Amino acid sequence: MATNLPVKIDKAEETEAVLRQVLADVLGLAPEQVAELDEDSGLFGHLPELDSMAVAGLLTEIEDRLDILIEDDDVDGEMLETFGGLLAFVTDKRQTD
Amino acid sequence: MLGTWPCPGDAGPELALSCDSGSDTRILILPALFEEGNKLRHFTVEVMRALKQRGIDSFLPDFSGCNESIAPMAAQTLVAWQEQARAAAEHFGATFILTVRASALLDPGNIAGLRYAPLDGAGVLKSMLRARVMSDREAGINSDREALLEDGKRNGLRLGGYELGAQMITQLAEAEFPHSAATSLAQSAIGGGALWLRAEPSHDAEQAEKLAAIVSEAVG
Repeated sequence: MATNLPVKIDKAEETEAVLRQVLADVLGLAPEQVAELDEDSGLFGHLPELDSMAVAGLLTEIEDRLDILIEDDDVDGEMLETFGGLLAFVTDKRQTD
Repeated sequence: MLGTWPCPGDAGPELALSCDSGSDTRILILPALFEEGNKLRHFTVEVMRALKQRGIDSFLPDFSGCNESIAPMAAQTLVAWQEQARAAAEHFGATFILTVRASALLDPGNIAGLRYAPLDGAGVLKSMLRARVMSDREAGINSDREALLEDGKRNGLRLGGYELGAQMITQLAEAEFPHSAATSLAQSAIGGGALWLRAEPSHDAEQAEKLAAIVSEAVG
């Protein structure tokens, strides 16, 4: 419905902003570095410091900040490989939850 | 100053970092637990330095199995650490307690204090179990959090590089914050990114300064 459109846009923007912020916190990125993250920016498997413990913390923080639940089965290499993949997953999760 | 304190338990004395000038205000700092303890060690020590500059004494004890302790982690229990926290409060004559993340679970509850970004037992296990599932999958092993937790409660489990005993896992799974006069302090009150989230341990002098200022105000 057209009346819901602005709300959906806000939610998508919020999802991306939260995701960028959590990645900034986990990777210790400066604001300008966070802004440079694009769809193809590599994450798990590309950044040596992003090990399973760091990713676990990242997923838990995303859950807490966006009030979603990420199941073990949701987590796979594709979803975590790039910023775009993770963003698509979280956006979808927020719509279905 | 690095010294020892008479930590109850079989392992004998454990190390403690003290800033003791004999002042009336004596803050016992309970260190963050497990991996977060490593990530927040530098920050915690910097908070002690910032408190010292404000004329406030503070004490950071090791519990058995933690930090420099030679006691095996597998033999530790949350209940034993709670007893050790009580003993440390008494030994150092604490007038205030600052807990960091999951050490809020060890708060003796009889002394005023602040709980910095408290994390409950389920929260501790959640991230460690999730990391275990992920590293299992990288190794081609299909595991899930629920089954790992059930197995851990019976047999103990290696989580986040720590050998945790069955009792520790069972007690963590059920652990809630003890009732106390302490107030909670969210990371948003400190500002900046949470240092326990960092993939590589890091430090932020501004955050340490801010927490010391808040603690200083709380103790009057």
